[in-house]
Amino acid sequence: MTATAYLSQVLQVAVALALAPILVGWINQCRAWLQGRRAPPLMLPYRTLRKLFVKDAVIATNASPVFRLAPYVVFGAMCCAAAIVPSLATDLPFARAADAIALVGLFALARVFIALAAMDIGTAFGSMGARREMFVGFLAEPALLMVLFTASLISGSTSLPAIVDALAHRDFGIYPSLAFAGVAFTMVSLAENARIPVDNPATHLELTMIHEAMVLEYSARHLALIEWSAALKLFNYSCIGLALFLPFGIADGSDWRALVGAAPLLIAKLAAGGAALALIETLSAKLRIFRAPEFLGTAFLLAVLGMLVNLLLGS
Amino acid sequence: MPAVPLYAQLINLLAAVLLLLAFAMLSQRRVLSLIDLFAAQGAALALSTAIVAWATGQRHLYWSAGLTLGLKVLVLPWILRRLIHRLDIEWEFERLINIPTTMLIGIVLVVFAFNLAVPIAELANTVTRSTLGIALACVMLSFLMMITRRKAISQVLGFLAMENGLFFAATSATYGMPMVVELGIALDVLVGVLILGVFFFQIRDRLDSLGFANLERSRDDD
Amino acid sequence: MRADALPLLAAAIAAWLAIGALGLVRPLAFAFVSRLLFPLGALVALLVAGIALLATAEPVATLVLPLGLPDLPFHLRLDPLSAFFLALLGAATCAVSLFSTDYFRPSEGTAPGLVAFQYHVFVASMATVLIADDAYLFMVAWEAMALASYFLVITEHRIAAIRDAGFLYLFIAHIGAIAILLTFGVLQGGSGDYTFDGMRAARLQGAWPSLGFLLALVGFGAKAGLLPLHVWLPEAHPAAPSPVSALMSGVMLKTAIYALLRVTFDLLHAVVWWWGVVVLVVGLLTALFGVVFAAAQTDMKRLLAYSSMENIGIIAAGVGLAILFRAHDKTLLAAIALTAVLYHCLNHAMFKTLLFLATGAVLHATRERSLGRLGGLIRRMPWVAWLALVGTLAIAGLPPLNGFVSEWLLLQAFLFTPSLPQSFVNMLVPLAAGALVLAVALAAYVMVKFYGVVFLGRPRDPDLAHAHDAGRYERVALAGLAAACVLLGVLPTFVIGVIDRVNTMLVGAAVIRPGVSSWLLLAPIDAQRASYSPLVMLAVVVAVVVLAIQVVHRLYHGRVRTTGAWNCGSPEPTPRMQDSAEGFGQPIRQVFEPFFRMTRELPSAFDAEPRYRVTIDDPFRYWLYRPIARVMEKLAGYLGLIQHGRISAYLALSFATLIVLLFFVR
Repeated sequence: MTATAYLSQVLQVAVALALAPILVGWINQCRAWLQGRRAPPLMLPYRTLRKLFVKDAVIATNASPVFRLAPYVVFGAMCCAAAIVPSLATDLPFARAADAIALVGLFALARVFIALAAMDIGTAFGSMGARREMFVGFLAEPALLMVLFTASLISGSTSLPAIVDALAHRDFGIYPSLAFAGVAFTMVSLAENARIPVDNPATHLELTMIHEAMVLEYSARHLALIEWSAALKLFNYSCIGLALFLPFGIADGSDWRALVGAAPLLIAKLAAGGAALALIETLSAKLRIFRAPEFLGTAFLLAVLGMLVNLLLGS
Repeated sequence: MPAVPLYAQLINLLAAVLLLLAFAMLSQRRVLSLIDLFAAQGAALALSTAIVAWATGQRHLYWSAGLTLGLKVLVLPWILRRLIHRLDIEWEFERLINIPTTMLIGIVLVVFAFNLAVPIAELANTVTRSTLGIALACVMLSFLMMITRRKAISQVLGFLAMENGLFFAATSATYGMPMVVELGIALDVLVGVLILGVFFFQIRDRLDSLGFANLERSRDDD
Repeated sequence: MRADALPLLAAAIAAWLAIGALGLVRPLAFAFVSRLLFPLGALVALLVAGIALLATAEPVATLVLPLGLPDLPFHLRLDPLSAFFLALLGAATCAVSLFSTDYFRPSEGTAPGLVAFQYHVFVASMATVLIADDAYLFMVAWEAMALASYFLVITEHRIAAIRDAGFLYLFIAHIGAIAILLTFGVLQGGSGDYTFDGMRAARLQGAWPSLGFLLALVGFGAKAGLLPLHVWLPEAHPAAPSPVSALMSGVMLKTAIYALLRVTFDLLHAVVWWWGVVVLVVGLLTALFGVVFAAAQTDMKRLLAYSSMENIGIIAAGVGLAILFRAHDKTLLAAIALTAVLYHCLNHAMFKTLLFLATGAVLHATRERSLGRLGGLIRRMPWVAWLALVGTLAIAGLPPLNGFVSEWLLLQAFLFTPSLPQSFVNMLVPLAAGALVLAVALAAYVMVKFYGVVFLGRPRDPDLAHAHDAGRYERVALAGLAAACVLLGVLPTFVIGVIDRVNTMLVGAAVIRPGVSSWLLLAPIDAQRASYSPLVMLAVVVAVVVLAIQVVHRLYHGRVRTTGAWNCGSPEPTPRMQDSAEGFGQPIRQVFEPFFRMTRELPSAFDAEPRYRVTIDDPFRYWLYRPIARVMEKLAGYLGLIQHGRISAYLALSFATLIVLLFFVR
């Protein structure tokens, strides 16, 4: 653990905080282009955040402290997650404190808090959103964990940097089980980030919402933090995907020059990934909410299958 | 896995892709997408046969790969699409399948097939022998698909996919069958599909539908 | 302190019995019972916890008490395994006794002094189970435990449903007891020596060890609530007063786990690998069953009871894994799985006790345990609500609290099972890991439902406005348990250090090895493979939260306006618009519909007073218990043919039996 390690640790969180809203803006742009609309500016999410921070917060009279605390906890959990996922470097001191299972735990922590906050005001939409979010989560979370397990069976470690090291910096090998994991992961990240086909980030119809229904009662700085956390979550998921399936170019830490080289590569990979996400969203239609378990169940079983294939072919 | 040569890794990957496509077929309701998936499976099969041919230097396997490509990726899907178009069932889909349960049964079958294949694979001496389990699983999944479907055309697709699994077992695990056998099988499949196509028209003319539920009912009448 | 731990513990058990006896002296003196006896019991429990904790590091101590039948003295033994469970018992009992100081009211069914007697006999018998070293004392204590808890369950015996629940409990407890008796019969191996020492030394041959194990699994599984002998659990827990539910769920279920570990690892040496597969599969099925049913419940105590099943299932899965590894001589992996088991026992004892006590406080404050009439209590009962939040997050398996640590360890054990000789077991492991993770994720769903419906939102009933917060002793008890949840969560290496003494005794390996794990960093195998440091994680999350609050308030402003809820512009939301408990569980009911036996009463569009009612029955009762009951009834009917009610006929039958028996043993 050198000073470079701590530097890359801090740098990585800073990059995540800075890039996450831009990633959302980029996906919105791509979607607009693909759907033949005029694209909103790339920096629009930033402007929204600024606007929200400046406004006065309005909260319901009967809001409990849970409601006011939740945005901060969610934000904290997402920052923590951004520190674990190797996006720029693998020499991360904090990643020793929390491995892939803890990462899933952090996502679950954020989910539980935001669901509790949604139930706090006691409105119909809030509790509906909370119920649906937990419903999506109970299948998505195991699927994500199974995807990570497949990768950790390959690398013999549950620590994310060690997984990336094994996948990127060891001998080149093709891992068939990762094909399953990749499909499952794509499905999970669509569901977890409130994307079509499970949820629609741009919807204005309350009855079809999941994520948006939960945060209806939030305003101003609380909403800003939640939006930022959502962007961070998307960023984290993208980086997990890149780390597992395109791990090349992530600095292995001994050298700060590798770190500098890793940044543009990360941006390029994120841009491609964002465009792919926009394409998937444009090509698919939103599912009925009760088709969602089918979708996620498929993801979960595919991930389990990935582990099985790994056991068969890896031995 | 560094000790395994590259071609074997590629074949393992294609085996996984085949299995993935088998699961995708199992969970696909629309007939047209089913045909696309079948064509993709054929393509993966052709590619893996070609790789085996290249790796082992068996020339006749190139023919076999070409045959697979021509027949399973181009001709059969084309025939089936035309059939669907002519029968005007492009937007039909299966109704009564519980996808998670089917997939769960599928997983159990995969575990079973993998275990079944372990002792058999130990007898073989090829590098890619572990793909035998996957091929077996593909066969079983296609069988499961035939069981769960009600529409005639998806059952035909299940049958074809089953043949894919067998073919993969033959090429990848044991490096191919004699050419005559392959040609014979290919011809059989082609003829089979043609005959089935004729049957579809007959069935539709008689019963106004292609669901097998109607066939069950008509058994007593005729 | 050295060799005196065992006599001290025996004295503590005697003290509990004495306290209970005092309750009988003045059964109706409410203040005497609640202000003196329960705090005294709590004090003894605290001492027991302390002594037992220290005793985990001591060598094995034995003691022979000249009690019981002539020539059949009581053997006591204190080794790390029993000391660990005694510490668990002491800690949980201390909190429950303290809570009971405020809890029991004079108006309820059984007289307070009698309740105190039953309660302390219950605790003392559980402690005796843990230090018994012969089958005789074990069975005496085990049955005393069952009887005492039965009487506690039917404290409010004027309600018929509660009597039914108690009867079911007693019935299953006896099925279990028969199986346990047979277990010991098998284990003594024809030697006639019923001390555990004798059983340890008797090396059984052939199918005998497996038979003994299966009988033990049935017997202790019935007490732990494993499928299919679980039916008593969701009935008895809600029927009992909350402190008793807490003790039963938090401690009594663990005595069954203790006994299972004692028999399989200590007495039978865990040598056959398929035992592990059996326990693993039964455990996972129990976990999934419990959590799915918990999601569908509308009574908060039933919900927690089903959640206990889930946790016991997870623990059993860990036991199965440990047996599997032990049988294949992978001692380090066995130690990890066993650590997960013991850790989860401890965790469950803390957070489930906490939550059951919290429901007790809610029940007292509102006289309501149906989730459909609660809500918004965080504003009326902030102490209970915030402390219950800790328990909720912990039981949902969220980092950095304690539930996560044991689940993390168990998953680690699952992940590093690549090389077992049976290929089918290898294939089973991913499926099992998937089932486990699914159960854990569903537990989060269940707990959000529980907490959200009880404590958050708007009150669903106007009477809730009069709810009052918990009393002083109750708060202390709840706070102690919540603190335990946090401490067990953030300081895992210390806890595992204690558990390692049990590991060393049972499987001969320790998880914490110097140079690999430090006080800050938990690394069960090596740091490259997996490491976890909840303290650092907690520090970082808290730091980010504080920093974010500071930065936002400094850079911008902290202005807040309060007004009515927005609710998308819909005016005047009423509390009935929130999700009811049924509503929140509806997605799970829909997904798992084939597993429930559901009866629904749907309103039609023309009802003047529309009613929606859904009841959910246990399929096991319908498909397994009812057929058995019917067969038994039929047999009893045949037997009834020879019952005429004439004394001489009965005497003739008895005489004939005697003659036949004499003929055979001649």
